[in-house]
Amino acid sequence: MNALRKYLDKIKPSFEEGGKLHAFRSVFEGFESFLFVPNATSKSGVNVHDAIDSKRIMIFVVIALMPALLFGMYNIGYQNYAAAGVDGTFWEMFGFGLLAVLPKIIVSYIVGLGIEFIVAQWKHEEIQEGYLVTGMLVPMIVPVDCPLWIIAIACAFAVIFAKEIFGGTGMNIFNVALITRAFLFFAYPTAMSGDACWVAKESICGLGNDLPDAFTMATPLGEVATGTVPAFSWDQVWGFIPGSIGETSVVAIAIGAVILLWTGIASWRTMLSVFVGGALLAWIFNQWGPEGNAGAMVPWYQHLALGGFCFGAVFMATDPVTSARTVPGQFVYGFLIGAMAIIIRVLNPGYPEGMMLAILLMNLFAPLIDYCVIQNNIDKRAKRAIKK
Amino acid sequence: MSKLFSKENREVFTAPLNLDNPIAVQVLGICSALAVTSQMQPAIVMGLSVAVITAFSNLIISLIRKTIPNRIRIIVQLVVVAALVTIVSMVLKAFAYDVSVQLSVYVGLIITNCILMGRLEAFAMMNGPWESFLDGLGNGLGYALVLVVVGTVREFLGNGSLLGFQVIPQSFYDMGYMNNGMMTMPAMALILLGCVIWVHRAYNEKKEKK
Repeated sequence: MNALRKYLDKIKPSFEEGGKLHAFRSVFEGFESFLFVPNATSKSGVNVHDAIDSKRIMIFVVIALMPALLFGMYNIGYQNYAAAGVDGTFWEMFGFGLLAVLPKIIVSYIVGLGIEFIVAQWKHEEIQEGYLVTGMLVPMIVPVDCPLWIIAIACAFAVIFAKEIFGGTGMNIFNVALITRAFLFFAYPTAMSGDACWVAKESICGLGNDLPDAFTMATPLGEVATGTVPAFSWDQVWGFIPGSIGETSVVAIAIGAVILLWTGIASWRTMLSVFVGGALLAWIFNQWGPEGNAGAMVPWYQHLALGGFCFGAVFMATDPVTSARTVPGQFVYGFLIGAMAIIIRVLNPGYPEGMMLAILLMNLFAPLIDYCVIQNNIDKRAKRAIKK
Repeated sequence: MSKLFSKENREVFTAPLNLDNPIAVQVLGICSALAVTSQMQPAIVMGLSVAVITAFSNLIISLIRKTIPNRIRIIVQLVVVAALVTIVSMVLKAFAYDVSVQLSVYVGLIITNCILMGRLEAFAMMNGPWESFLDGLGNGLGYALVLVVVGTVREFLGNGSLLGFQVIPQSFYDMGYMNNGMMTMPAMALILLGCVIWVHRAYNEKKEKK
């Protein structure tokens, strides 16, 4: 660590005003504050500094994502070997998944961070750290067979149009990772939905098995969309089902949720109320749902385990930038996300999974919810003051 | 002749093409711009129709502007515009049936186009016929220009073709290239229109600073 610090101090002058590499100062600053807590002090007034800055928060979220990501890698290998009917060892399956996912992570980071670096340089700002989490989320919410070039395009689109246009990290209205997914979903539907894209079909570096091009495997929600009710099995909780890379395992996501809640980064109110909203609506559909609708017949506990519901509730809905900030607002916001997700799943046959659209929709309403809560509070206090 | 193409008249014609563009600067006529630009051909036809209608309605209104009672001027304007729109719509049905089916209701909706009403109220009611004609033509063509730009991008990326001819070769598709389905949706047209306005303003701001 000391050697690294010394090295950074040594090369620092060339990035400062008049130095040779002055043009890259924001890149240098970004890496320096990524590695070490900056020792800069505020220039005006008295400020309280928390030891945890936003880079540290981002790192905690990335750590919380790790269980789901690692399990997702294993599951990719598991699905491939199961589809080919070949017995593979744990490390073969995991290695195959690692090789399948790693290029996606690299592409997502290179494109997204590249744009952030360019914009920071252009506007003479410091590099903001928001993309650390987004870049990890993006590969986890796409199917394994999604081509790399469309991930690159979608990342570029989302970073420019969902983030930089609004003013960069912390100013975005929509969750950037979900915008990436929404862009992919609407622009390249064949690569993002249907039943041909959920299992990796080509062996990589000798690992895995080649499957025929015409091989298809529907996700449980894909089956629901075509009118059959998939039977509940514990595989759907453990995560041994086809689906987007990081979303399948409830257990791995639960570990991440514990980390997020323990460190206090995510709001338990939002998380809890998403599940309550989803469960309640699914239960209502179970009781009084339209006849012959497969989505309405799926039991409520199974609705919560399938698709991206858990992943969205834990990692997407709780995004501190785009969610509601007031305490009662968080309950309303979360509840409506869960309810909307189930409504879209059950009543709109065009979209097998409603979580993405539900969260994006409520992102839009979060400021309004906050406004109503605050106004309500102001009115209450005004009345109290007048009485006295 | 020299008076017909004096500096002021040229200004009247060229300003709406660039610095006073009805879409990029005044942000008028957005709805139809989103609806008809999914391909180049309807965009061009729509742009030309609007140009013809604005030019001639401006001309007619300008000719009778002194006789129109002020209190019912909007109705009179609408009658003139509606007559012209009906003529254009019939011509399209007779000579370009496929395009008129593609444009469907949007040709009829030119009646309510805000560019049209704006030009009639703001220009034709207080200027001579020739200037009004130029102004209408310029505004219509300025509208058409933006429509064609957006339509080109949308057709190229959304269908891989230009004016109906396949431009992106089959070998690209064999390598895994896919058309961008989002480009064929009106939502993307709005974003592209935003980009056009962004580029246009950034460019003109730079020019003004010089």
